[in-house]
Amino acid sequence: MTMSTAPPGSSSRSKFIIGGLLIVAAVVYLIVSATQASAQFYLTIDEMLARGDEISGRAIKLSGAVDGDTVTYETETLTLEFSLANVPANLREIEAGGGLAKVLYDALRDPNAARVQVVYVGPKPDLLRHEAQAIVTGQMGEDGKFYADELLLKCPTRYDGEVPLQALEGQT
Amino acid sequence: MIEGIGFAALMLTFGLALYGAGAAAYGARTDRPELIESARRAMLFSWPTISISALAIIALLLGSRYDIAYVAKVTNNAMPPYLRVTALWGGQAGSLVFWSWLLAAFASAVSMRKWDRDRDLLPWVTVVCMVTLAFFLALVVFVENPFSRLWITPEGAQLTAFFQPEGARAVIPSDGQGLNPLLRHPGMIVHPPLLYLGFVSFVIPYAFAMAALIVGRSDDGWIRVTRRWTLVAWLFLSLGLIVGGRWAYDVLGWGGYWGWDPVEIAAFMPWLTGTAFLHSVIIQEKKGMMKHWNMLLIILTYLLVLFGTFLTRSGVLSSVHAFAQSAIGPMFFAFIGLTFVISIWFLLKRWGDLRGVNQIDSILSRESLFMVNNFLFIMILAVCFLGVIFPLVSELFTGQTVTVGPEWYERITAPLFAGLLLLMGVAPLSVFGISSWRALRRQLWLPVAISLAVPAVLLITGMRSSAALLGYWLASLVGVVTLYEFWRGASARRRRHGEILPVALVRLAGRNRRRYGGYVIHLGVVLMAFGIIGIEIFQIETQGTLARGERLLLGRYEMVYEGLTRFNTSDGREISRAELSVFKDGRSVGQLFPRSDYYIVSNQPMTIPGVRSTLEEDFYVLLVGWEPIGRDGATFKVYLNPLVNFVWLGGVVFILGTLVAAWPEREQVPVRRRAAHAQAMPAGD
Repeated sequence: MTMSTAPPGSSSRSKFIIGGLLIVAAVVYLIVSATQASAQFYLTIDEMLARGDEISGRAIKLSGAVDGDTVTYETETLTLEFSLANVPANLREIEAGGGLAKVLYDALRDPNAARVQVVYVGPKPDLLRHEAQAIVTGQMGEDGKFYADELLLKCPTRYDGEVPLQALEGQT
Repeated sequence: MIEGIGFAALMLTFGLALYGAGAAAYGARTDRPELIESARRAMLFSWPTISISALAIIALLLGSRYDIAYVAKVTNNAMPPYLRVTALWGGQAGSLVFWSWLLAAFASAVSMRKWDRDRDLLPWVTVVCMVTLAFFLALVVFVENPFSRLWITPEGAQLTAFFQPEGARAVIPSDGQGLNPLLRHPGMIVHPPLLYLGFVSFVIPYAFAMAALIVGRSDDGWIRVTRRWTLVAWLFLSLGLIVGGRWAYDVLGWGGYWGWDPVEIAAFMPWLTGTAFLHSVIIQEKKGMMKHWNMLLIILTYLLVLFGTFLTRSGVLSSVHAFAQSAIGPMFFAFIGLTFVISIWFLLKRWGDLRGVNQIDSILSRESLFMVNNFLFIMILAVCFLGVIFPLVSELFTGQTVTVGPEWYERITAPLFAGLLLLMGVAPLSVFGISSWRALRRQLWLPVAISLAVPAVLLITGMRSSAALLGYWLASLVGVVTLYEFWRGASARRRRHGEILPVALVRLAGRNRRRYGGYVIHLGVVLMAFGIIGIEIFQIETQGTLARGERLLLGRYEMVYEGLTRFNTSDGREISRAELSVFKDGRSVGQLFPRSDYYIVSNQPMTIPGVRSTLEEDFYVLLVGWEPIGRDGATFKVYLNPLVNFVWLGGVVFILGTLVAAWPEREQVPVRRRAAHAQAMPAGD
């Protein structure tokens, strides 16, 4: 840190300002590099499919409705697969659609809704069920499946109260 | 009937709050003591009246009154009474009432204190407390009424309202939806109330700070009066965060205790400013400096408390804490904005009066190091805030929502936390006023040399992570310096008073509780740092599907799958329980029973880990899958979490230290006449 070589007594004020600026500069640098390394685009399934190759290999966060009929779990390898249907991410659109529970319900009954197959390796989350909202972080594979390394679930029809820290989360 | 009484009491409290705020402000402006006294009484009575309302909700919850929308939403027949009571804070409306209840309790307590020395502050403290209370009650009364009932219209539409809508019939469900099974845990009893207590008690120091600004007092009277409030608020907030981490670790199945989730950060942010504040008020008391800064910090803390409540309650961000979206969002936003503008306006108005009496003499002085400490806390706060609003900001400026996760926070804040550890090691050895690098070096070389032994040993025993080595060195430095401070103080006492060492230690801490309580807190941080570095850098995991009698290896551990039993419980759960024999270094260390509880009514599984816990490490096993019938294989996910128990141990030490610091001093001989002189002493309030 900046205080290491400062002789006492002299103009401390300017030293403080310089030291403070150095710390701020270091933090800004850390923010920029961390953002480049680990920030994720938050997309709907529609948006992701529209972008195509442009976003291949990038970290993406996707939100969608879980189709309970498509859930398979290979316990030998802890491989979980399910199909996710497009729902809007925008709060206002969700409100206009009649609330999150309704939007999820509708998405799974809409034959035209875009879908993507999600693959996740890890313990099957307790809250994975039909019509849950899944928020997955990961990237598109070359085979057109979405490989998630984080899976987070919300079940709006049943839960209104607060759910504890990371309650719905699965991490690998 | 009960809901009628509850709602009437709610309205009455709302009225008292509005009256109290109005009467206090008007009384102070027109200098009418009888109005101020009347406002004080309104504040005093706000607690009994809202207690009636809160108790009414609890009675409804316990009485299974499912015709009340709130009761139907958060309870069901399967819930035991203690969980029904906790459902008071299990949903939106109830938790707003709970918040108001706590605030009214604190405001009542404040109204009963002896006001003789600070009578000029009383009306404005009343105004701030009562306006805040009125705001929260307005949310409850106008938007989220916990006493609303369920109705069905002739057209078949369901709605909730307190009074019967025209032509509607009452609906009385036979069972409610109930609390999420994941919330049916003893953690639910303590974690939310602790956080709320922490949040709400910060209102009181803020109220005193604003009162001082409004009446134009530039001394540190408000800090003296609220010192213990601030410590208690901070204690509850710390406890809430630690207990929340422990709950997550116990229930959530992947061995995590902190996930940088927006709602966690919402509780962490006021803790950061509160911690900075606790340090910087010492500088104001000792040196009469940083007066603007302290005002700014307490204003910021109050705003962050509101912001945190807003985040957790408005559904504006997607968080794992799956809250309902609600109409209260815009109202909260408006209230926060208004509070911000008014607070800053008063601060600017008094800017000139608050000029400090001293200058920084030396960049290595105690006060200077405290400033750096504050700066680092604010930097961490800025990073947290940026992370929370990142999705909103990125969408605003680029049209593309970008989110950040734990990795982002960890990369940025880890160096800042390391800087804080370094300061914790250096600052206790520095002195107020003029401090030279040479003097500091003379104090510092021995602790540095001793603490370097820790990373040296770790390096020899095979640790290669430079981040971990640096972290362990810094934590050891803090530990050595802090213990040295205790030893130095105690041996001085021993020489002077001829006390034996333990007595000298206790008396030393008793005479200067804040300082030595603070040092105990630092020791707690050291232990937590050991644990956090351990689990973050050295956690290992494996997984595997085992047939009966097969084994799985992880680190020095080995487990053998003995079989699986399935049975039903009387409270509606279907339990699948695996039996494992666990060996460490080839020696049997007992059995573990990881299991999965399936809540039949709510169609919800819940995974409960089997954990072998020692100070050294936790062997943490999850049952993730099993063959339904016939074959008898089961799949496990296994974690080895080194040193994780140091996190909890450190938490306990941390809280004990806070108690030492906050414990009331023995009654001192009245020194009121010499109040100005006494300011530098940690006298009671």
